[in-house]
Amino acid sequence: MKANRFIPKKIGLPVLGLFGLLLACKQEAPEKLYTSSMEIPVSAEMKAVLTSPPNVPPPTAKRSAKKLIVDMEILEQEGEMTNGVKYVYWTFGGTVPGSFIRTKIGDEVEFHLKNHPDNKLPHNIDLHAVTGPGGGAESSFVAPGHEKVFSFKVLNPGLYVYHCATAPVGMHIANGMYGLILVEPEEGLPEVDKEYYIMQGDFYTKGANGDRGLQPFDMQKAVDEKADYVVFNGKVGALTGDNAITANVGETVRLYVGNGGPNLVSSFHVIGEIFDRVHVEGGNLMNENVQTTLIPAGGAAIIELKVEVPGSFILVDHSIFRAFNKGALGMLKVQGDENEAVYSGELRDDIYLPEGGGIQKMPSTGEVPESEIPAKSMVERMEFGKQIYMQTCFACHQAEGQGIPNAFPPLAQSDYLNADVDRAIDIVLHGKTGEITVNGQKYNSIMTSQTLSDDEVANVLTYVYNSWGNSKKEITPAMVQKVRNGK
Amino acid sequence: MDLYLKTTLILACSLALRVHAQKDMVPIEGGTYIPLYGVDSTAVTIQDFLMDVYPVTNADYLQFVKKFPEWQKSRVKRLFADGNYLVGWEKDDAFGDGIAPDAPVTNVSWFAAKKYCECQNKRLPTVDEWEYVAMADEETADARKKASYNQRILDWYEAPRSFDKKIGSTFKNYWGVYDLHGLVWEWTLDFNSVLISGESRKDVDIDSNLFCGSAAVGASDLMNYAAFMRYAFRGSMKANYSIKNLGFRCVKDVIKI
Repeated sequence: MKANRFIPKKIGLPVLGLFGLLLACKQEAPEKLYTSSMEIPVSAEMKAVLTSPPNVPPPTAKRSAKKLIVDMEILEQEGEMTNGVKYVYWTFGGTVPGSFIRTKIGDEVEFHLKNHPDNKLPHNIDLHAVTGPGGGAESSFVAPGHEKVFSFKVLNPGLYVYHCATAPVGMHIANGMYGLILVEPEEGLPEVDKEYYIMQGDFYTKGANGDRGLQPFDMQKAVDEKADYVVFNGKVGALTGDNAITANVGETVRLYVGNGGPNLVSSFHVIGEIFDRVHVEGGNLMNENVQTTLIPAGGAAIIELKVEVPGSFILVDHSIFRAFNKGALGMLKVQGDENEAVYSGELRDDIYLPEGGGIQKMPSTGEVPESEIPAKSMVERMEFGKQIYMQTCFACHQAEGQGIPNAFPPLAQSDYLNADVDRAIDIVLHGKTGEITVNGQKYNSIMTSQTLSDDEVANVLTYVYNSWGNSKKEITPAMVQKVRNGK
Repeated sequence: MDLYLKTTLILACSLALRVHAQKDMVPIEGGTYIPLYGVDSTAVTIQDFLMDVYPVTNADYLQFVKKFPEWQKSRVKRLFADGNYLVGWEKDDAFGDGIAPDAPVTNVSWFAAKKYCECQNKRLPTVDEWEYVAMADEETADARKKASYNQRILDWYEAPRSFDKKIGSTFKNYWGVYDLHGLVWEWTLDFNSVLISGESRKDVDIDSNLFCGSAAVGASDLMNYAAFMRYAFRGSMKANYSIKNLGFRCVKDVIKI
């Protein structure tokens, strides 16, 4: 939204004293002033409430600094990246991103880092909110089945990333070992209606995006920064559909948005909304009326927006192929009454005829393009199949299906082809990588998956099976569909 | 350890467990190689030695604690083994139904592993020896440059719960040794000789053995990063730690005549 009505309250160390003074005048209570947050005393001990994303623990509000016990368990566990794609995540607290930690400036955090006995690897934690060497990494290096305890005082307000820093650091982060820790200023953050926790991360899998099964981490792709998945909250769809975050019209929503990386910087944007206020990079600098805010890898931002109209607002990394092709997509669902003054929706659909310009040609008769006509007979199937073969397969498998020795396997009199029809369909649909033996010869090469309709696959395979001495099977679109759905 | 202790130790052990001492070992032919952390000047030379074909199993270890009650779970000194020592075992002299006899024994400390080997007139392998044998795949003595070799190891590092698999369920390598990768981590004699401080990024600029190691985890040298994780794991250990994913096997020097 575009209002300019808000004067940002400065939050932060340099004004703490001043703010305290104002409070002191108003309430006429003896308010202690600290020249440095290092001097803030802690009053009592309490256990920190940790939450899994997208939830955020309750505000610290007016509470004073405490000794805060944080209990965090590291779990290496299998999860689902997207439908059918499994991935072994390494997590702080069983989720990606890890549990949200909410502290008050001056808190003395006693951090208990527990490495589950079933885990394979040692881990540690580097919290960007820590003032000290390694951000805690060195003191928290913990073997499986052990617990390390260290403590630190939070001195600077803001929103900070934490992450694992055990070698190889990039791999630990790439497997999901990051999260956010918030340090609230003395007076707390202003009250809002809804708060959510979102963190972007990029993932690198051996198979391409969408390849099914358990996908191992791919170090080479990570080094090359070629992400297969870029997602919010650890998986595709963690914030869409039933998992969408919600708000009601008129409410102010605060998003704690982090970016775990390991590599990519996020251009965070909400389609159809304007950020009223952004704590740039999670610090004191306040920007207003922001369309897209940059969130560095290993950085964060606090974003506030008031939602004025109902609907689904899409959260994206506006490096837009990541959103629509790699998963960096979330959803904020806003319920309530329409406000047509703010947004009308579609009012009319008029004909537009520019003067003097060329006349737009409408599609003639609704004719289906030739390639989409289903084959009506075996003869037609063979005819259409040959067309597709010559467009798609010919370059590698050659005109007579003879292939190219040592590079591309033959389709003519092919034992591999004739042995298994479903396998052949599967290869056309999904491609094939790795070693196979055809007619006694080994081939180790790559066939890409083909973007063909069920009809087209049926036609081309029927053509192949009924040519060059093969087993004369007829492949129907139904057979193709079966394999496509089965996979 | 003084000579007297050493002698009694050898005597005490010599009666026990000598049955398996030779037959389940294979000869490893020595050689020179550059370990993970190395540059040319740090090439390591390995003498010929014998190595256990399999990791020590629960059944093997049960025999040991029966002979040497001071290594039973309720009797062991905390100095030598932490509270997770044989944590899954039902009793001092039985591991119970939940544990497979022929799965590698885990939750044993370095002290315990070292003693076990000594009692067989063997010893734990050094890091350099272990890494030397472990760089083989089925066909090659040094397979570290093969993508398939590295991928297999990494797949295991990422796969949860492999410690309850039976010995011999992974591949037999070039030397005839099984299960170096794929079941459990293994103790080495000098596991803490490579300094990883826990702050791996700091290790880059201190003068430690891993100076080049961490710098080498770049695009040109992917082969190292599986090994790097092993070194990180070892760096997180203390000698009394007993860990669920950590077992051991023994080696023996070849006495040349």
